[in-house]
Amino acid sequence: MDKDDYIVRFENVQKSYDGETLVVKNFNIDIERGEFLTMLGPSGSGKTTCLMMLAGFEPATNGEIYLNGSPINNVPPHKRGIGMVFQNYALFPHMSVAENLAFPLKVRGMSKSDSEAKVKRALGMVRLDEFGGRRPGQLSGGQQQRVAVARALVFEPDLVLMDEPLGALDKNLREEMQFEIKHIHESLGVSVVYVTHDQSEALTMSNRIAVFNDGVVQQLAAPEVLYEKPENAFVAQFIGENNKLTGKVTAIDGDIAQVTLDGGGDKVAALAVKCGGVGEKSQLSIRPERVILGDEDVPNKMSGKVVELIYLGDHIRCRMEVGDSSEFIVKVANSHAHAALKVGEVTPIGWVTEDCRALDVL
Amino acid sequence: MSNAQASDAGVISADGVPLKVSLARALRRQKIRALMLIAPLLIFVVISFIAPIADMLFRSVENSIVPDTLPKTVVALQEWDPASNEAPGEAIYAAMHADLVIAAEQKIHTRVGQRLNYEAPGVSSLFRKTGRRVDRMEPGNYKEQFLAIDKDWGNVEIWRTIHRFSGNYTSGYFLSAADAELTPDGIELVPENERIYLTLFVRTLVLSFTITLTCALLGYPIAFLLSNLPMRTSNMLLILVLLPFWTSLLVRTSSWIVLLQQQGVINDLLVSIGILDDQNRLELMYNQIGTIIAMTHILLPFMILPLYSVMKTISPSYVRAAKSLGANDWTAFWKIYFPNSIPGIGAGAILVFILSIGYYITPELVGGTSGIFISNRIAYHISSSLNWGLAAALGVILLALILVFYWLYDKIVGIDNVSLG
Repeated sequence: MDKDDYIVRFENVQKSYDGETLVVKNFNIDIERGEFLTMLGPSGSGKTTCLMMLAGFEPATNGEIYLNGSPINNVPPHKRGIGMVFQNYALFPHMSVAENLAFPLKVRGMSKSDSEAKVKRALGMVRLDEFGGRRPGQLSGGQQQRVAVARALVFEPDLVLMDEPLGALDKNLREEMQFEIKHIHESLGVSVVYVTHDQSEALTMSNRIAVFNDGVVQQLAAPEVLYEKPENAFVAQFIGENNKLTGKVTAIDGDIAQVTLDGGGDKVAALAVKCGGVGEKSQLSIRPERVILGDEDVPNKMSGKVVELIYLGDHIRCRMEVGDSSEFIVKVANSHAHAALKVGEVTPIGWVTEDCRALDVL
Repeated sequence: MSNAQASDAGVISADGVPLKVSLARALRRQKIRALMLIAPLLIFVVISFIAPIADMLFRSVENSIVPDTLPKTVVALQEWDPASNEAPGEAIYAAMHADLVIAAEQKIHTRVGQRLNYEAPGVSSLFRKTGRRVDRMEPGNYKEQFLAIDKDWGNVEIWRTIHRFSGNYTSGYFLSAADAELTPDGIELVPENERIYLTLFVRTLVLSFTITLTCALLGYPIAFLLSNLPMRTSNMLLILVLLPFWTSLLVRTSSWIVLLQQQGVINDLLVSIGILDDQNRLELMYNQIGTIIAMTHILLPFMILPLYSVMKTISPSYVRAAKSLGANDWTAFWKIYFPNSIPGIGAGAILVFILSIGYYITPELVGGTSGIFISNRIAYHISSSLNWGLAAALGVILLALILVFYWLYDKIVGIDNVSLG
């Protein structure tokens, strides 16, 4: 595809603050029009730096960033026309909500009546019609958040950046706002680049997720791909809950690897995703809900000793000793079907080969 | 319904005592402890600060020296009509004689003379002269004998002054402090060429305002820089801002004398690089310019520190947000950053203004005659002319002015808008 089809393109972008270490190492990404792309990663992984480079608050040390097909490295932030929602909202405390929303329109020289109509529409979009006259300090966290979103959208940018916008909200409100932002995105069709360290937030909202670690994108994929088919051990560990078993690859047959586990010496088959050659160490990754309890007919069979049971209502978390791991988690649905587990009991477990992925060792 | 009843009767706690009473009892220990903790300071402040000031301020209206020293004269003078244009009768001279005999014995007649001298020049020497001879007077015919000592005793003005200031309290000091005097026709301003205090008050206010303005203009960029630099650098620069505090005020002011005088560093430099002619050296001190320069320098930290602490609290994301919304650097600063820094300007301005309005040492040293403040005049009356009553009256007016300005400031800027960070 031509680069004009993308709204944003990072080309070999590098960033260093001190001239000694790279915070962002060779970042490449194409963001499609109308896409909701999330940069996910632990703190210090370089995701916010990438966002700041895109917004224009940090210059790229090397490489080029394109917006709508034209390079923007030398365009100051106020000329980029990118909406931005900040971590702590950054609503101007000395202006009312309506004045905050009118600010981007005023600096663009829009007439008062046009601006008033747009502000009214934006307030309606975030369901705060009655709050135009209030000061930001008089609003709750969730309301301030909505104002910040409305302000970033009121001047109708094609691209909106959000830097951990829900970080300060409590859990219920955060979930509510996730859907609200998602719906606004869908109804307006703007492109959104969203930064978060909260993986459930990323999974809920995004079209695609770029998982960052140590300045490098580990995997860029849709949420379900990221969860079901992690390409390396970091992504498998970072997204969702994951059981890891380490072992040595003994044979590779097509895309199936035979792995001998450390500790017990059990042999299991796994999808050879990123496990290197025969004789190399590998980390196996199995999602807790994909482990089958009981003596079922599956290719991989092992046994585990129940160490701990945690009752969570809809399911039971069962911690087991399997191989050399004592942190092996199995999620057991709370239904009549499953056998009653007891702490200290040794029980057969198993999984299908496709659910077990042989990855690199962290 | 039950709620309404409860609020009528007051809520009762578990042991049947009204809740308010038991709450007050529970908090009493805490209050007593808190009071004991502050007691040493409170007593210290009351004894060494508030009481002397109150006493000093009271002197601005106090006039008991006249009725105390001349009790009989004061009573006798009530019969006399000051508008009569005639010196009083024999009875009053007799009373004056009786009073002065006692006063001369106690050697306090000179003090009352000095007091009345503030109002009518010449009274002091009149009383001193008379006091020396009063015990040699023959009984009877006192008027003649008084006039023989000094014919001023026949001057109606002298008697009018004594009559006017015979009360326990007087407005005389305040009137002098406002360049006014009490004449038989009421309160009048003194002739224009004798007005000094009004000029000084106006000058004090104008110069203080100018100093506040220059402090704000010079301090704002520094505070801005300090609050936007990395912590390490800004801490070092902050020490430079505080450095003047560790140097004696006199040393700082004297160094300005070295710099600003006509043969000083600045003039020499300007002459040597040819900007100035040797004959036209700038007069940078012993005038208002000197006072403004030196006091701006000395008071600058009081502007920078509150500004800095307020600017520290302005999140950099405000300016970033403004830029992301399309504002250029200037608009982002002027519409977003500056309004949020106003509480700091407010705090700094009120600090600098109130400090400079009562400043004394720097105008005294570099102000010459045209650059001195009202406080220099107060100091003169306290330590040189010993007219404490007038000094107290000037002090009261200055204090009242500050309170008025504080009130105005609250009306215009709003004291809630003042923040130290």
